[in-house]
Amino acid sequence: MKLKDIAKEEFYQSSFGCAGCAAVLAVRLTIKVLGRNSVYIVPANCISTVSCYYPQAPFFVPFTVMAFAATAAACSGVSAGFKRRGREDIQVVGFSGDGGTADIGIQALSGAIDCGNKFIYICYDNEAYMNTGIQRSGLTPYGATTTTTPSPRFEDRPKKDMLRILAAHDILYAATACTSYPLDYMEKVEKASKVNGPTYIHVLTPCPTGWGFPPDQTIEIGRMAVESGMWKLVEFEDGQFSTTYTPKRQRPVSEYFATQARFRHLSPEQIAAIQKDIDATRD
Amino acid sequence: MATRMPIKKFITANEAVAQAAKLARVDVVAAYPITPQTSIVEKIAKYIADGEMDADYLKVESEHSALTACMGVRMAGARAFTSTASQGLEYMHEMLAYAAGGRYPLVLVNVCRSVALPWSIWGDHQDAIQQRDTGWLQIFTETGQEALDMVLQAYRIAEDHRVLLPMMVCLDSFIQSHTEELVEIPDQAMVDSFLPPYDPVVTLDVDNPYSISVGGFGKQYAYWRAEQQAAAEKSWEVIVEVGDEFARVFGRHYGGLIEEYRCDGAETVLLTMGAFTGTARDVVDEMRDEGKKVGLVKVRAFRPFPVGPLRKVISKVKAAAVLDRDCSWGYEGALATDLKAALYGLPEPPAILNFIGGLGGADVPPERMRYMLEKAMSAEMGTTPHLEFIDR
Amino acid sequence: MKKEKIIPGPVSKAGTRPTRMGTWSTVKPVLKGKCTFCLFCWVFCPEGAIIQDEENRKVLFDFEDCKGCGICARECPTKAIEMVEQEGG
Repeated sequence: MKLKDIAKEEFYQSSFGCAGCAAVLAVRLTIKVLGRNSVYIVPANCISTVSCYYPQAPFFVPFTVMAFAATAAACSGVSAGFKRRGREDIQVVGFSGDGGTADIGIQALSGAIDCGNKFIYICYDNEAYMNTGIQRSGLTPYGATTTTTPSPRFEDRPKKDMLRILAAHDILYAATACTSYPLDYMEKVEKASKVNGPTYIHVLTPCPTGWGFPPDQTIEIGRMAVESGMWKLVEFEDGQFSTTYTPKRQRPVSEYFATQARFRHLSPEQIAAIQKDIDATRD
Repeated sequence: MATRMPIKKFITANEAVAQAAKLARVDVVAAYPITPQTSIVEKIAKYIADGEMDADYLKVESEHSALTACMGVRMAGARAFTSTASQGLEYMHEMLAYAAGGRYPLVLVNVCRSVALPWSIWGDHQDAIQQRDTGWLQIFTETGQEALDMVLQAYRIAEDHRVLLPMMVCLDSFIQSHTEELVEIPDQAMVDSFLPPYDPVVTLDVDNPYSISVGGFGKQYAYWRAEQQAAAEKSWEVIVEVGDEFARVFGRHYGGLIEEYRCDGAETVLLTMGAFTGTARDVVDEMRDEGKKVGLVKVRAFRPFPVGPLRKVISKVKAAAVLDRDCSWGYEGALATDLKAALYGLPEPPAILNFIGGLGGADVPPERMRYMLEKAMSAEMGTTPHLEFIDR
Repeated sequence: MKKEKIIPGPVSKAGTRPTRMGTWSTVKPVLKGKCTFCLFCWVFCPEGAIIQDEENRKVLFDFEDCKGCGICARECPTKAIEMVEQEGG
């Protein structure tokens, strides 16, 4: 895929999302890949909240709001319904946040993979319950402050490894991505759209409001997350994990932490400990 | 004119409901097992496995997901079925409100069972009654035949463009769900002539895209709720209409929103919902034979509450004994409360006696029904409140 | 012309957008340098407020949808875009 090949038509505009929001960008790019023949199921999260207040309808394709815990079950049902009506050509997409995926929504996700109907479950990960004001989630990284793990405390649990959880479900295709690597993300969405079963894409979407950085740095910070090893771009396919992108430069994690208010409290010792953990997981 | 070729079988109400789901040509069944509903989904799974029923069975992992999946099926423009009880119904409570406010014409069969705690697998109406404010239409049935017939009618009522609200068909645990009786299973051709294919108003339609089930603030929210209330009120009419048409096609009529049994000239009536009505009929017959002016009102529709029909019959009596298999703890039984509210403004209101019984699977035998009627017969006009637990 | 049915319940026709977010920011992107038509700014704009002018091989900015985040200016490899305070904004 090349930038010039991407559809020029816009399918998602005029949402109430924050300036510089990577989640809004992720939606925009997703629909460019999947086109008009796709439907979007979005539970309580930033994206639904900025897209669902009548009469504003920023989705130019079919969209529905769904209960927080229920995204994957709704995807399963819509997919089953389309199948019965002979419309398996329509892409069913769930667009859930980190909370709606790893916490309250994890049960439904597990169950929906078991049901086996085709849908693409996209988890856009801004690493906290951002919509409600920056409370911690199961995908908040170790070391971050949030309003429910406020200074002098901080998040003391690592991110749940969603890809390993889904690999254990024998999911046909799953991948991690980041909006700073748009072609990588879009290629993965396209790949998922061709799989005849549930698929999962976990896209890191840096959040200026929640992470504490100026809105023009969204793309840069996503890049730093990958370059520092805090986030990896991988695929799970045919039962195997593989890396889809190895950053050309490896950045010390201290540089990544320095850019965001949520990490600035970390001491040099704490940062060194985190760096050690990251180094241990490098290929 | 289609030839009637129904089959008569000796089956449980649960199996009758499974037959109805098959006859209604549902596309997807998404349900999670819970006593005493399990045999409904087991039967449906078997019909599908045997190729008798053309539907997909979604192996959902919980009731919350079951109702969500049914909503998803409706969003895609197809017909869904689900069933549950008690804890399961409570687990899907969030989604019940979603379905009603979102105007999804779902049909759910609830096998009414007590709600923990205390823990019980046996019957009463607490689970269904607790959902009365969600916006669902609720019909209580008495027999396996009525259960089958009401599932078919429920699809017609719910999918009617004047209604577009979900409907709960209620059965009583064990005494109805697991009791075998002779049930006439209608012919598929007859059902097809009564229940046309689903004609949705709006779906996730890529050719005519909408944002559906969205949100709103203040005045806008209130507008949609007023619209929903109007539809619920309209459903009084539609329920009666559909019941009448059903009788024309299948030859069985259940009386509409309520059924009056031997109420002509009655001075005292007993109100029941669900399967206990069967016992009540016998008790009323016995007491009538003794010359007592008693009657029975079977309340079928609990939501929408049949204000008009109840006001008409109850305003003519001196006293009414209301049997509630439920209680709004801290106050009284739901049927008694709603009845009294419906009678508000009557110049000479009858005595209303509220009896709470049949909780947690307790039986209400004929002697207890007689007791309730006799107590009501000797009550002073206008007596209220009265609350008595009759299980012993 | 097909008459639109009245749809009950909370629904809205896709693409209905009486509110445009251009008023959120008085700072808007302006092309000051040479655009190489690399399309980085175009792909990274969350709002789709950048338009490809293929004939002239440069980008155009739609101020009606631009929230002024500045990602385009930051990501432009040739630093051709500047975020400029608009007059009378």
